[in-house]
Amino acid sequence: MITSFLPLVAAVLFAIGAIGVLIRRNAIVILMCIELMLNAVNLTFASYAYELRSMAGHVFIFFVMTVAAAEAAVGLGIVIAVFRKRQSADVDDVNLMRW
Amino acid sequence: MLVINIIAFVAIFSALMVVFHRSPMVSVVFLIVNLVCIALFFLFLHAQFLFAIQLIVYAGAIMVLFVFVVMLLNLRKEEELLPGWRVQRALAFVGGPLLVGALWTALWRRGRSSEAFPGSFGSGFGTAEDIGQLLFNDYLFQFEAASVLLVVAMIGAVVLARRKES
Amino acid sequence: MLSLLYLIPLLPLAGFVINGLLGKRFLPKWAISAVACGTVLLAFLLSLGAVSSLNNLDSVASVRGVLDVDPAAQRVTLTVAQWLAGGSGANGAVFTIPWGFTLDPLSAVMLLVVTGVGFLIHVYSVGYMAHEEGYWRYFAYLNLFMSMMLTLVLGSSFPVMFVGWEGVGLCSYLLIGFDYPKDSAADAGRKAFIVNRIGDMAFILAMSWIFASLGSLGFTQAMAQVGKLTPSAAAGIALLLFIGACGKSAQIPLYVWLPDAMAGPTPVSALIHAATMVTAGVYMVCRCSALYLQGPAALTVVAVVGALTALLAATMALRQNDIKKVLAYSTVSQLGYMFLAAGVGAFSAAIFHLMTHAFFKALLFLGSGSVIHAMSGEQDLRKMGGLKKLLGITYPTFLIATLAIAGIPGLSGFFSKDEILWKALGHENRHGLGGTWFWIAGVAAAGLTTFYMFRLVFLAFFGEGRMDEETKHHIHESPKVMTVPLMVLAVLSVAGGWVGIPKSLSFGADLNRFEHFLAPVFEPVMAKEAHAAGLLAEGSVAGHETGSGSGLEYLLMLATLGVVAVGFVLAYRFYRSRPEIPQRLAERLPTLGNLLANKYYVDELYDAILVQPYWRLCDFLSAFDRKVIDGLVNAVGAFTEVCSQFIKLFQTGQVRRYALWFMLGAIALLWYLV
Repeated sequence: MITSFLPLVAAVLFAIGAIGVLIRRNAIVILMCIELMLNAVNLTFASYAYELRSMAGHVFIFFVMTVAAAEAAVGLGIVIAVFRKRQSADVDDVNLMRW
Repeated sequence: MLVINIIAFVAIFSALMVVFHRSPMVSVVFLIVNLVCIALFFLFLHAQFLFAIQLIVYAGAIMVLFVFVVMLLNLRKEEELLPGWRVQRALAFVGGPLLVGALWTALWRRGRSSEAFPGSFGSGFGTAEDIGQLLFNDYLFQFEAASVLLVVAMIGAVVLARRKES
Repeated sequence: MLSLLYLIPLLPLAGFVINGLLGKRFLPKWAISAVACGTVLLAFLLSLGAVSSLNNLDSVASVRGVLDVDPAAQRVTLTVAQWLAGGSGANGAVFTIPWGFTLDPLSAVMLLVVTGVGFLIHVYSVGYMAHEEGYWRYFAYLNLFMSMMLTLVLGSSFPVMFVGWEGVGLCSYLLIGFDYPKDSAADAGRKAFIVNRIGDMAFILAMSWIFASLGSLGFTQAMAQVGKLTPSAAAGIALLLFIGACGKSAQIPLYVWLPDAMAGPTPVSALIHAATMVTAGVYMVCRCSALYLQGPAALTVVAVVGALTALLAATMALRQNDIKKVLAYSTVSQLGYMFLAAGVGAFSAAIFHLMTHAFFKALLFLGSGSVIHAMSGEQDLRKMGGLKKLLGITYPTFLIATLAIAGIPGLSGFFSKDEILWKALGHENRHGLGGTWFWIAGVAAAGLTTFYMFRLVFLAFFGEGRMDEETKHHIHESPKVMTVPLMVLAVLSVAGGWVGIPKSLSFGADLNRFEHFLAPVFEPVMAKEAHAAGLLAEGSVAGHETGSGSGLEYLLMLATLGVVAVGFVLAYRFYRSRPEIPQRLAERLPTLGNLLANKYYVDELYDAILVQPYWRLCDFLSAFDRKVIDGLVNAVGAFTEVCSQFIKLFQTGQVRRYALWFMLGAIALLWYLV
């Protein structure tokens, strides 16, 4: 029961995170939505690890967390650097790389 | 089972709040709530080690980092949701359900398969010892690579965030 | 000596290469002249040697594959190399063309005329072109021309002859347009080449037809098999070849380039447009005499065109004021005579007239060159006069040539022209165009010829000088290098006809050595044709005079002389004793006068019918190329630009937009996979 229910929940969480990435303008909030998506993926992995009785799923979750941590750190560093230059954490202001 | 439903409901509600609340600070708090729910899910899934790690690393360290940055940048001004980006918003709201639909269809197509699988858990499933065994034996290279990744990220964060000597 | 036949065209070619490559900077003027004249002289001497050994061919051995000796036909063929080797035709014929040269009496006559007169003109040019900037270029082209003409004459097959044919056309263009900065010269060169090309196209078609039906393009092989062709097929091929001849030999309707070609240097006019190149058409028709005899309808066309041209061109010469233009129309007219002769089957008479015409026409042109030289470049007859006393050598030689072309008895022109007229009258034609008409046209043209030639002489040499003081002061006789060729040609103009004295005038003695010389070439075909058509009545085709014919011949000769005398008298009255008559006639008959003066507006007609529509087509195609084709290409470019304008909207720099595309793409992919 649990294993058929949780992946559905994870899918919903993933979609919500996706919508958030598309809708919000604040860079930090976007990063948070990305964390949301990553967690949904983690949840899916965990439930399948449980279903298939395999620890490989847990290992993968471990690595996803590692990468999420690194990415959050670097992303926030970028946001701070941009904020210093432009006094704004709005991603729409970061639009110099265009035609 | 009821507990899981409640936790699922809380998780989804907090996710919606993360996305739709205007204040970033509030969003951070609700994200923490969401992470705790995920951790509880891990617990139910016999992933004890991960439950602990989630709480310590994710909800503990990463979220604290977020809080720091939100405070540092003092973002209290309210941002309007989508001025002049109506198409994007519409497409996003269309895409979301579509995405869910796709994933749910995939899951449904997969069907139930747990019956055919070995029923019992090996002892130590989900413990630190078990993960440790895998990490240091089968996935050693990936483990070391991950550590390199962390070092790089550390350096990157430091370089990006420091003040330039003018 | 005969195996050195290939040297004859090769020597002038070597002269062309030497003068062409080194002449501009490395060779002094005397060296250029020496190379140019020397090679032609050597070619002439070699020709003499080769022709003389035609008499005792029995002692010359054949070398299989290289030298083919046929004593019966008095023909020697030298094969130098295999030139073209192609596939095989439908009837099993294999297309291989050897590069070979044939020497038989016909090509022997042409050879001696071309090299002999050519040499004299080369010498003359040394003096005439002495002050020219492009001296080396002139002689290089002249040598190339000689080489090409000799290839044409000696060629043993149609393609080899065609190489020479095209080559002389090219040299004609180069030499007419020698002074290319001058627009009239450049235009005339182009006109000559383009009109020639029309003839060449017909020639190529004829060659293809010959190969397809006869299986071979060599002269001996092809002519031997013409019996296989139906008369209409033979006539068709012959007509195509004749169109080619019309282009090269300036007959109606392709004669329009020759008068314009007078824009080139005078020695060029003498050599190319009087003595040699324009006679190539006549030579070709005579070479293919068997073919023409197989399709008599073509012969009729040839005769009619020849007679018409002779008459018409003579009328056009009446009102020309440029000394060279008069001579140009005269050339066209005389060429008409030659074709008339060929058209009635008198091939040897045509070649005879070709030879004598080469002598006196070259002399006329070179003499006029001397006059122009003396007049400091003036060519208008209305501005000349009284040169008789001042040009002591030019005048007598010019007069001799005029007498020859008019057909005064004793000189060369008389014998050759009279032979043509006699043969024309005796020609019984199946199509009802009796020989009488040809004779009348010929005699009328003879009268006109006398008239306009003496008009020229009277206007240029007699009376009071009408030029300005400056020019009059500079009048002088030409240097020896120019007058000596004049004298040689004068002797030839007088004596050149004595090899062809007809029986009627030699009191029974058979002195017509010319006809005998050419007999091996023409007799076999003539006899065959005469037998087949049963035309042995009335002393016609084969040229043997019958008893009743001789009396008639004297009568006709006298009639011709009478017409000639009338022409002379009229010219005398109009231009010597009562010079006001031409003026009054012009006023009384203005339309006729204008028509003649403007050459019947033929050039204007061609321009309106052919040239203008062609230019309009060119304009249309040019516009089409610019608008449609370039437009298409530009449209592709424009399309790319439009696309890129569209695509660049995706590069907004907005991160969220990119994220949207990611998401939508991922969703689409998921749905595809699910």
